[in-house]
Amino acid sequence: MASVGFDTSGQPTLGTSAVKLLIAGGFGVGKTTLVGSVSEIAPLRTEEVISEISGNVDDLAGVEGKTTTTVALDFGRITVNPSLICYLFGTPGQHRFWFMWDELAQGALGAVILADTRRLDACFPSVDFFERRQVPFVLAVNCFNGVQPYTVDQVRDAMDLDSYVPTVLCDVRQRESSKQVLITLLEHLISLRNLARS
Amino acid sequence: MSDRRESWYDDKAGPMVRPYAVTRGRTRSSRPDLDMITLVIAIHPDNGTLDREYAEILRLCQRPLSVAEIGAQLDMALAVVKILICDLIEQGFLLFRAPPTTVDNPDMDILQAVLDGIRRL
Repeated sequence: MASVGFDTSGQPTLGTSAVKLLIAGGFGVGKTTLVGSVSEIAPLRTEEVISEISGNVDDLAGVEGKTTTTVALDFGRITVNPSLICYLFGTPGQHRFWFMWDELAQGALGAVILADTRRLDACFPSVDFFERRQVPFVLAVNCFNGVQPYTVDQVRDAMDLDSYVPTVLCDVRQRESSKQVLITLLEHLISLRNLARS
Repeated sequence: MSDRRESWYDDKAGPMVRPYAVTRGRTRSSRPDLDMITLVIAIHPDNGTLDREYAEILRLCQRPLSVAEIGAQLDMALAVVKILICDLIEQGFLLFRAPPTTVDNPDMDILQAVLDGIRRL
């Protein structure tokens, strides 16, 4: 990978850049399974140390009495081409880690919200978050055991989703199915971009 | 805690090694532009004077790696690894590239490239 080049003034530059997609949804819905099924590396886990009291505290001086905790983020990687890497980040399932979502959402191209129809309400906070932050997303309904008792339209009605949000059924244990979810997201992002242009 | 014989130490006590020990107490990077997907690559070899954590980062960065990957591989919290990476950038050991900043307006070429890359998987 010819990654280091030189700019016009002779300064070395890194020729590879990175983008990210987010995989959100409730606890245990299959976010890390989706990441693992398409990632070229086994999903990695990185941790952020935070104050239990407030996520907005960056400087620990003076807050020594507060307990700290860690938020784990699972992520995978797809090398798109020699100059572009796409990272897939699973968002933390517990919503007390909202501040972590802010950093994750910063610069994200878009998101997949993974839903389990047995616990549909578990993904409502994700929908609210991405709508508020104007991060474009698609809804992917994970079919556990290959069974899906509801149709896409029934799920969309239950979620009260805007009509332009693509919704797909999937089985995230299957690489092809997870790929299709990501393709749906990228096609959605491209059509939004085209709309913005016209 | 109902059983008095249980260990006094549990997850709520936090990590046993203070995470900011290796940063000499600093809790935030002097570079606010270091994101978890900022890529870095080694451009200067370890001259043998670097502390172990710095040397390990340089060893990993023979190809472009994100801040998050370095943190995961070295089992370091993001905030900590950002500070160490920042030190290495300032000392000229690492080159970095921040993610594209076209948040509200992603580049069509990037979107198309990602789509093509996923289709090829």
